[in-house]
Amino acid sequence: MFLNFLFASIKAGTPLLFGTTGEIMTEKTGNINLGVEGMMFMGAFMGFYTGYHTGSLALALLAAFGIGVVAALIYAVVTVTFMANQNVAGLTLTIFGIGFGKFFGEAMIGKAGGSPKLSEEFMASISEKPLPVLGNLPVIGKLLFSHNPLVYLSILVAVLCTIYMLRTRAGLNMRAVGENPAAADATGINVTLVKYIHILLGGGICGLGGAYLSLINGGGIWNNSSVVNGQGWISVALVIFASWNPVKAIFGSLIFGAFSVLQFYVPKDVIVIPNAFYVMLPFLITTMVLIITSMKKSKEGSQPAGCGVNYFREER
Amino acid sequence: MENMKNETMAIELRKITKTFGSVVANNNIDLSVKQGEILALLGENGSGKTTLMNMLSGIYKPDHGTILMNGHTVTINSPEDSIKLGVGMIHQHFKLVEALSATDNIILGGTEKGIFLHKRRSEKIREISKRFGLEVDPEKKVYQMSVSEKQTVEILKVLYRKADILILDEPTAVLTPQETKRLFEILRRMKQEGCAVIIITHKLNEVLDISDRVTILRKGESVATVTTSHTSAKELTELMVGRPVELSINHPVTNFNENLLELHHLTVSNEQGYEMIKDISFDLNRGEILGVAGVAGSGQKELCEAIAGLLPVKKGAILYHNENLVGKSPKEIIKMGISMSFIPEDRLGMGLAASMGMVDNMLLKKYNEGNSPFVSKKEARELAKRLVKQLDIVTPNVDTPVRRLSGGNVQKVLLGREIASEPNVIITAYAVRGLDINSSYTIYDLLNEQKQKGVGILFIGEDLDVMLELCDRIMVLCHGKVTGIVDAKTTTKEQLGLLMTDALAGKEESHE
Repeated sequence: MFLNFLFASIKAGTPLLFGTTGEIMTEKTGNINLGVEGMMFMGAFMGFYTGYHTGSLALALLAAFGIGVVAALIYAVVTVTFMANQNVAGLTLTIFGIGFGKFFGEAMIGKAGGSPKLSEEFMASISEKPLPVLGNLPVIGKLLFSHNPLVYLSILVAVLCTIYMLRTRAGLNMRAVGENPAAADATGINVTLVKYIHILLGGGICGLGGAYLSLINGGGIWNNSSVVNGQGWISVALVIFASWNPVKAIFGSLIFGAFSVLQFYVPKDVIVIPNAFYVMLPFLITTMVLIITSMKKSKEGSQPAGCGVNYFREER
Repeated sequence: MENMKNETMAIELRKITKTFGSVVANNNIDLSVKQGEILALLGENGSGKTTLMNMLSGIYKPDHGTILMNGHTVTINSPEDSIKLGVGMIHQHFKLVEALSATDNIILGGTEKGIFLHKRRSEKIREISKRFGLEVDPEKKVYQMSVSEKQTVEILKVLYRKADILILDEPTAVLTPQETKRLFEILRRMKQEGCAVIIITHKLNEVLDISDRVTILRKGESVATVTTSHTSAKELTELMVGRPVELSINHPVTNFNENLLELHHLTVSNEQGYEMIKDISFDLNRGEILGVAGVAGSGQKELCEAIAGLLPVKKGAILYHNENLVGKSPKEIIKMGISMSFIPEDRLGMGLAASMGMVDNMLLKKYNEGNSPFVSKKEARELAKRLVKQLDIVTPNVDTPVRRLSGGNVQKVLLGREIASEPNVIITAYAVRGLDINSSYTIYDLLNEQKQKGVGILFIGEDLDVMLELCDRIMVLCHGKVTGIVDAKTTTKEQLGLLMTDALAGKEESHE
């Protein structure tokens, strides 16, 4: 029972991990993109739509990533090039993204004459199966090595992003841009280019999170009303919880995943709490985490100093 | 290559013009530096020194004019271009990433091969710093560094990139005399190695000490270039200001013999909870200017804010006519009939509301007066107009947002407002920071005037030469402790410098 709970937590945490990793890449380069919710919604639709029509998981993921990049491109043009307020641009992107997903989702439902359903073959490609050898290990085999392929992908992306950030030259340049764009600029780094690259990359990763929600969580059926449902917002908060480190976000997303599936694993006859409470729980915890983490004051593991401020070289 | 002159110029600027909107920052400026030469760039505030240098470092692009390097015309479109041409600039406000280590700051943006960062990258930096005799821990994070350490990192950055044209924008503003000496030694060594050095500074004695030639800018134009060995501080000032100026600071003698403010064993923590002021005691008399010297970040800010009631006091007492001010809010302190004027170091941040005009800024201090629920703008407007006249404040009108005024005028507005409230105590932090010679002397005169009226003045300063002339006594802070209170008449700059670095107090505190 507990094992099942943990297993489900990992599953539920995966879209959060995508969203958080994507947002970390964005924030580390000095931009807060509050459009995660919207980018995920767009990714959810594009992923499902492509999977529905082509039956290919790879194409579905590529499409979800691509639409995330396009969404982030809108944000990047508006904030980096035209220097609009980042918060407003991000919030607008969220509204746009949700509208985009629902509009085309509705169209897709209309065309299919009812909720569209992914093909059997497609569902097989994203089913949970034990990995060879590792999957046969006792306990761990079931808990860690019997997931759908996207779970591994999310962890791979998080680990790669962390190595990139902390161990590579490009990662160092990107961190410098996020902390102090003027200093980075003075050393000859192309601030605008670095920002664009990472905002787009972050958007793409968020799009993958959306695809996970529509392909896996949705059980293969498109549901216009409850695809993303606040996961994007939790991801934004998780960035702080993970202190801008994708590897830490793996654990953070696990915890939040656990809270979101808790209601299915609490014995209902022993503890009687209204369902609405469980639905609220992740958001309540998010709020509490934000309060606690904002009390700590340390230069390391805190928000990049240049975050939220647009950079203009000739500003005096 | 044709050699028109005997020596090639490392840098030659011809007729450089740069405008910001309607403001002409640089107008037809000519300037040249040879290899192995140190050129001082001198000029009052707003004369366009930094703008000019930023065009060499690629921050700005000139509207007109040509830049030549080693005899060839070059175009500098970005900092990257500038670095490639071998220009290294050390900005007045350091361009360092606080959260990164010294090493990472130095190698940042570098063109080395390889995707991954070298595990032992610090070794190479340590090597370079040893070769040039610069002490810095390559692994230390910049935010944990003192100002002079940060500057060392900036210099290393330039050395690491093997720049042969070095530009320093007011590098000594934040250094102790000893640190300045060390910096100059490094500059001389770079000069011997054939580097061209341009140094911007306000301090005339430094110009005379370090430079080979001096180019003087006035109101965005290059007015003269002189050989340092053939000039004097007086001549330089006259060229800079455009007319003869008296270069000595008045030092009126007062005779009040009355204690105004007494601090007993004061301990103050900053917002992060670090003890910034540790057990300090001193007193301030009527008609006295008490200077506070110390390396930046030694607790000056916290001391000011604690006395003004902005920071909570952990231990100790602040007595004003034997009444303890500790625990009282700024408003209560004002209500007690104590008028204390705090002129913070961050003029447009804490001192004035930048986007409001003079009139509204006057109101900030007076809004509570009178019984009407509405503020009366009339008096504030009169006061603003009076100040403009009395202090020669240059402003289009009294409603112009103060951020549009030059640094000197902003300071005059702030000081004028505080003096208008007829205070007993004035606390001023870096009153002349960033001001040119003329404005600085106006500020000194204003403070002296108040001193003669019997006001006690706490003067947090950075230029030791000025403090020795202006102040009656000088208190030296180091790591939040008082390392000495000395008589300004009998002290030397070197003694102050030693007190500032705590060389006399021994090394009780070890830093990692």
